This record gives sequence, C-alpha cells and structure tokens, in this order.
Amino acid sequence: MTLQTVLLVAAALFCVGLYGAISQQVVVMVMMGLELMLNGVILAAGAFWWFLSPAPDGQVLLLVVITAMTVEMAMGFAVATLLHRSRGSDMTDMATDLSR
Amino acid sequence: MVDDIVFWGLAVVSVASGVAVFRVDSMARATYALAVSFVTVGLVLLLFGLDYLGIVVVLMMVMEMAIMAIYMIMFMGMNPALMPMSMVHGKRTAVTVAGLTFAVLAAGILLVDWPERRGAPAADLTLSLGHAVMGSKMLVMITVSAVLFATIVSALVLALPRGRYDTDGADDGDRASGEAPS
Repeated sequence: MTLQTVLLVAAALFCVGLYGAISQQVVVMVMMGLELMLNGVILAAGAFWWFLSPAPDGQVLLLVVITAMTVEMAMGFAVATLLHRSRGSDMTDMATDLSR
Repeated sequence: MVDDIVFWGLAVVSVASGVAVFRVDSMARATYALAVSFVTVGLVLLLFGLDYLGIVVVLMMVMEMAIMAIYMIMFMGMNPALMPMSMVHGKRTAVTVAGLTFAVLAAGILLVDWPERRGAPAADLTLSLGHAVMGSKMLVMITVSAVLFATIVSALVLALPRGRYDTDGADDGDRASGEAPS
C-alpha cells in the first residue's frame, strides 16, 4: 500500500462517478455519480493525510469534504422532490429550461 | 503485509461496487452497491488510523443510501425501482471523458515525484481532530455550520409543496382579496 496505489484507486472511483454523472438521465442516479466522485476525493484526501503530512489539518479537510457530500445529497433530494412535483418526472432531460 | 492484503481487497470491492452502481439492473441494487463502495472506503480510512472519520463515513453513508433507496422507490414507483432499467444518454461521450480523465490522473499520480512524509501522526488522532476543530480550525467549522444551516433552509424551501412563495395556488384568491391565507 503506497500513496500511488491508493491514489490510483481513488482516481478510478472518481472516474466511474464521472461517467455516471455525465451519462445518467435520472436525477438521483446523477447524484449517485457525484457521490462516487466525492468518495474518491475522500480516499485521496485520506491518503494524502497518511502518506504526506499526518497533521490534524488533513482530518479537518476530510470533514469538510464529508460535509460537502452531505450538502450535495440534501440539495439533490430537494431538487428531485421539486422536479417530481412540478414536472411529474425526475429525469434530467425534463429540466433543461436554462439551455433554451 | 496484512494491511496490504486488506487494502487491495477493499480497493477491488470498492471499485467493483462503484462500477456495479451503473451496471446493475435496478436502482435499488445500485443504491446497495454504492453503499458497499462507501463502506469499503470508510474501512480504508480505518486502515489509516482515522477511526472517527472512518466510522462517520460508514454510518453516514449507510443511512444516506437507505434514504436514497426510499427516494427511488417513492419517485419511480415500486416496479421501476426494482425492475431492470437502463436510462443513459451520451454513453460513448461519458466513457471517453471518464477514460481520458483517468488517464490524465493516473499519469499525474505516477509521474509526480511525491515528497517524503513529514511528521508523525498524533497518538490519539480523534483527540487531535477535536483540538483542531475547537481551536485553530474553529473558523472552518463555524463556516461549515452556517453552510449546513443554509442547506437545511434551502432544501426545505425547495421541497415543501408551498414553495418559496408560500402558496400552492389554493389560496391565490384569498391573497387577491386581501384576506389572510387559511
């Protein structure tokens, strides 16, 4: 277990999430892609902390990333609820108003 | 040696379950796969000695995925959430972008001359995190608390049926006539 191997795993998680965030049509599935990307970021931050500088600052950074994930989930669920209520659907293709 | 074996096992399960999120037939199974991926990353954090953060990730993500499964079944109906489905667009573009991103990240990871480790971890990592949060990094946590409060308010305003204008249309007449909404 080295810094490079952990970062490669984190990069793989990030890119799988990126694929999902770009390709999925359902809002909740897009959120799952974003979650997977943040999962990779958490792993990478943990690896940087452990292998480069195991000071408390790195743990605080991890807490901030976990908080960002929580915020993303809460707002994503709220937007999905709003979309479903107003459009009767939770597909991203039904929410392209700003592209017009 | 044991740590290496455990890490590689967790890494393989983590990435495989991450891939499974977008490969399995139903959204409910996708949610479970994502939960497994999060749990394995939480266990890797435990390998690093981050007991508190590892447990937080595991507990929080299991709860979040449970809520997500309920959302999927609630919004998509019982059958679409549990039945086979494939709802993707621009699959080839997504695969290309994700593949290129991984290639760039992997090149950076392997080519960068990473510095040596500086310092040693504290004897009690959870205690050191607590001291940091309540001391030198308090401003960070104060900002995070304000962001979380704003998130709660924003999410409720978006999700409530009455919306941000405090009307669902039923009392428009009352408003027009100057009467207080019932």
